[in-house]
Amino acid sequence: MSTEQPQTTESVEETPDGGPVAELHGVDFGYTATPVVEDIDLRIDPGEYVAVVGPNGSGKSTVMQLLLGLLEPDTGTARLFGDPSHRFDDGERLGYVAQQASASKEMPITVREVVKMGRYPHVGFGFLSAEDRQIVDDAIGTVGMTAFANRRITQLSGGQRQRAFIARALAGEADLLVLDEPTVGVDAESVEAFYELLESLNDDGMTILLIEHDLRAVTEHAERVVCLNGEIYFDGPTDEFVDSDALARAFGTAANLMGDRS
Amino acid sequence: MSAAFAVLAGLVNAGVEPLVFALQTGALDALLSPLFWFLDLWSGFVGWLGKITGLAVLQYGFMHRAILVALCIGVMAPLIGTFLVHRQLALIGDALAHTAFAGVAIGLFLNAVIDLGVTPYLTAVVVAMLSALLIELISETTDAYNDVSMAIVLSTGFALGTTLISLNAGGLTVSVNQYLFGNLSTVTSQSAAILLVLFVVIVAVVAVTRNQLLYVTFDETAAEVSGLSVSWYNRITVMLTAMVVVGAMQIMGVILVAAMLVVPVAGAAQVSRSFTESLFVSVILAELAVLLGIGISFYVGATAGGVVVLVAVAIYASAVVVGKLQTALSEEVTPEVGSIDAERETTSD
Repeated sequence: MSTEQPQTTESVEETPDGGPVAELHGVDFGYTATPVVEDIDLRIDPGEYVAVVGPNGSGKSTVMQLLLGLLEPDTGTARLFGDPSHRFDDGERLGYVAQQASASKEMPITVREVVKMGRYPHVGFGFLSAEDRQIVDDAIGTVGMTAFANRRITQLSGGQRQRAFIARALAGEADLLVLDEPTVGVDAESVEAFYELLESLNDDGMTILLIEHDLRAVTEHAERVVCLNGEIYFDGPTDEFVDSDALARAFGTAANLMGDRS
Repeated sequence: MSAAFAVLAGLVNAGVEPLVFALQTGALDALLSPLFWFLDLWSGFVGWLGKITGLAVLQYGFMHRAILVALCIGVMAPLIGTFLVHRQLALIGDALAHTAFAGVAIGLFLNAVIDLGVTPYLTAVVVAMLSALLIELISETTDAYNDVSMAIVLSTGFALGTTLISLNAGGLTVSVNQYLFGNLSTVTSQSAAILLVLFVVIVAVVAVTRNQLLYVTFDETAAEVSGLSVSWYNRITVMLTAMVVVGAMQIMGVILVAAMLVVPVAGAAQVSRSFTESLFVSVILAELAVLLGIGISFYVGATAGGVVVLVAVAIYASAVVVGKLQTALSEEVTPEVGSIDAERETTSD
């Protein structure tokens, strides 16, 4: 991981591709005839820390799935590292952390076994080498979970569990970390530690895309905010977002949402 | 009615003549002959064990085959069951077992009507695997394994089976009880050999794709993002399930076969800390259940399938108690969360 810290979207970190990490251009998408998102233009450059916010049903997760190639746009293009997203086959460059609810809850599996999954795209049908195991241990160390490496993941708190998933992305040596509302159901104290972890990873050069409903967390931690409700209402630096009326327009209320924690 | 059957029989006969020849018992036996040699070897070994231990259960030829089949079931059922149970797919084994029963009925029907001469287990494998693919394709298009479609597949399979068998009752020489409830004494060399083939295929496929199956089972979306073809691994899983179900059906019977996919796995989940551990523990629990169950059923003269499941459930109940004790003991020591190492590397700007 490089320690160089990009200051703006233009100070692009050296990557093999040079271009944007992920890009949506003129994208429309609907599960039925009614579009969920319309005319989305979004570009994420290496080293950025971008948060996508919006009310429930605003299409936040849809945009994420389009970017990751899990959905194919009806019109427009989605690209990952320059390739069309749905045909992108360099999966180890992506790290994904879901809402904790989506991971199997009762399964007997240790933190180390979860983190090892990050190496699977690298080893395929083969076995993990000593080097792979070292990378796994390092990733567990980076998120501060070494003492829990052999713990069953069901015995962990929500915050600890999400750290394990981040470690999985680190073990995969991902270039882009995508998090879909990672702090739902995580206690407030762990949430702070969790965002600190994300920030330090970003300082080390990791590109982060955060889908988040918690506006306070977003304005405190992300560098850039994309405010969405079917279409993009705002896309720019976080401090400009705080001063703009985008929030009120997208959420349909001049809300005191900024103080709320759900 | 019988005229219609004659026409149907004629059509089927004309169309599948080469296939029929290939599957005819004689040709199949030739293919399986190395396995028959292995079965003889195994039988000699167990017979010798019976002599030195003096256990009556080990002194019958049919028990030698039944024990071998049971040992294989004890490995392959929890092996596949682990990947089903942790995705809340426990019911799929039951659904496939009932479609396998339709396969048995189709086999018996074809044997009676056109003298196909293949073992019904072979048609059961084919029908169960096709049904497995069908269930998977339905779930891919509807985006969910829903219990309604599973229940429909289950009932359709069983309804088709009972209908065909009742239509065919006149020509039917073999009782369907052995398929419904399983039977130790009807495990033929041929069906034991077929089971060995299924066993090798299942264990080999799981051994090769273990990483991918685990990733897909644990976190489907992350697995897909990482580039795995989730639908292909799902198809593999359901096809292997179909094979396990048919293999285990000989002893367990259609109605109880799904228990072997679920109960040992559920027991192992209670006492295991890691996934690897849970795989081994589930196999050990399943082996205990089949061997104890067969032993008990032999001496008390009860149906093996039922006794095996009762033993498995008793083992599961003990596992729950042991699991609770483990948790109670381990809660006393909780390590501190480590600090976040990455922070130290933060550069000043």
